[in-house]
Amino acid sequence: MRIAIASGKGGTGKTTVATNLGAVLADCAEKVTYVDCDVEAPNGHLFLRPEIKSETEVTRRIPVIDNDRCTHCGKCARFCQFGALTSLPNVTLVHPELCHSCGGCAIVCPSGAIREERVSVGTIRSGHAGGISFVSGTFTVGLANSTPVIRAAKEAAKSDADGWVLLDAPPGTSCAMMETVKGCDYVILVTEPTPFGLHDLRIAMEVCAKMKLPFGVVINRSGEGKDMIQAACVEASAPILAELPQNLDIARAYSLGILAVRALPELKRAFAQILLQIAARTRSRQAPKLFEAANTQLT
Amino acid sequence: MKPTPQAPFELVIVSGKGGTGKTTVSASFAALAGNAVIADCDVDASNMELLLSPTLRTKEDFTGGKQAVIDAALCTGCGRCARQCRFSAIHPAADAGRRRFAIEPSECEGCGVCVAVCPRKAVSMHPVVGGELFRSDTVFSPLVHARLKPGLGNSGKLTTLVRSRARQTAAECGRSLIIIDGPPGVGCPTIASLTGASQVLAVTEPTLSGEHDLARILELCRQFHLPVQVCVNKADINPEATGRIRKLAENSCVTFAGEIPYDEAIAKATRKGKPIVSAQPDSPAAKAITALWDRFASGS
Repeated sequence: MRIAIASGKGGTGKTTVATNLGAVLADCAEKVTYVDCDVEAPNGHLFLRPEIKSETEVTRRIPVIDNDRCTHCGKCARFCQFGALTSLPNVTLVHPELCHSCGGCAIVCPSGAIREERVSVGTIRSGHAGGISFVSGTFTVGLANSTPVIRAAKEAAKSDADGWVLLDAPPGTSCAMMETVKGCDYVILVTEPTPFGLHDLRIAMEVCAKMKLPFGVVINRSGEGKDMIQAACVEASAPILAELPQNLDIARAYSLGILAVRALPELKRAFAQILLQIAARTRSRQAPKLFEAANTQLT
Repeated sequence: MKPTPQAPFELVIVSGKGGTGKTTVSASFAALAGNAVIADCDVDASNMELLLSPTLRTKEDFTGGKQAVIDAALCTGCGRCARQCRFSAIHPAADAGRRRFAIEPSECEGCGVCVAVCPRKAVSMHPVVGGELFRSDTVFSPLVHARLKPGLGNSGKLTTLVRSRARQTAAECGRSLIIIDGPPGVGCPTIASLTGASQVLAVTEPTLSGEHDLARILELCRQFHLPVQVCVNKADINPEATGRIRKLAENSCVTFAGEIPYDEAIAKATRKGKPIVSAQPDSPAAKAITALWDRFASGS
């Protein structure tokens, strides 16, 4: 069961939901993997404090020009859709920050002057945090395209798919978010009861619908203004999986990097409810076992 | 602030971590500046329009990139394109028992490798409308904003277009200042929002996540040689962390611009669709943001 936790608007509580769901699943003795796909601003480790067992580099390919072979015909520069090559009368320049690593320039070069070299774009760290398997991608600051790191983080958790895999998505609704939610069994959209939260939730719901992904909504810091979120969910036929209260103790715990369910154990039920609803809605085989575990562990 | 007649001064508000208050600060600056151009560069979650009540003036389509399409009649099903596509966007398609291939638009990067390798010239590239760009009027200043089509990429390109239209608008209206509300993160749209900025303001919050992501955005500004200042929103929620952020700024040779207190008035103003400095100018948060703005306006 692969669940992505996304939002549209930033700072609504994706990491809070993802890490606490992880903790509740681990408490229920379920097999669970947390994957930090917010590779531009990864924060899951601050709450789960994992012991890192392995670190691997993520690389992508960029072209290198062999100037002895290059005839400066300009075919590569004309081919590149992203403007990553400039052909001048006696030199061809590569702009790695614009390159999408498609390999096309090497294919179209008639004189075999282009080979590809691997460059590092980020790091995947894997380890354990209590009963939670932990994977986190970190994108190198200063580069543009983070999707290869997201892809690598998802790949690193592939073998855990028989348990629960929680993918903590980046904010927004473009490339990076889509790369994260792609292929998931369910998407949790975390929002807040503000006009910003509502506006960005609508876009995120549209993206999920377009990608044919089932989704539900968690209203975080719920309180005044939640009726407009509820109305939008009715309109989009999206279930509201939980409402987490606006609570200073939760905010304080968050600022210190403490999991909400550790600061306020009574919240475990709300998080377990989210999982049970998703398990039921996706007719997951994991549903009955989780239901039993939740009843015995969380009462 | 020393504007030159040709190039406007561009103040970019970023954060690293999302939801720290970029738009709250930017919209208030827009209200306080009066005589500027506002650019909303968070194109996949553009919220400036919710606080500035814009009246739409012009609208244009944004052609982000291209997508490849296979002509089923010409495809012989050799599969060369599918083998060369590094984005796994080309899949076998069932077509009355005949083997052929089709491209999944949501996975197509638009690189054109399939066009280059197809021996039958069955693949062609087509421009895709990736979103819309708007120029609007607000009671404060002209606003340039955009909407990326849900499910499409290329947000960096659209961000660049928003900035270029904002510069045009500034030239047309004789404005010497552009206030830019940036996206979260440190990737492509953030870089597109930041390049060539005259001044960057990083808005963070006193949480471990806020601190961690601030360090990353400061590193990005350092690499791009951009002058940056830091302010902490909801500073009183965790004074210790605020102190650490102050230290981090000092150690990175970055100016600490100030603190904004946690204030319920911000959420209320947002619900009313107004910048806090207009809705409740006497609230503690509005006063703090006004003090911040005065610092920038006086050029310190």
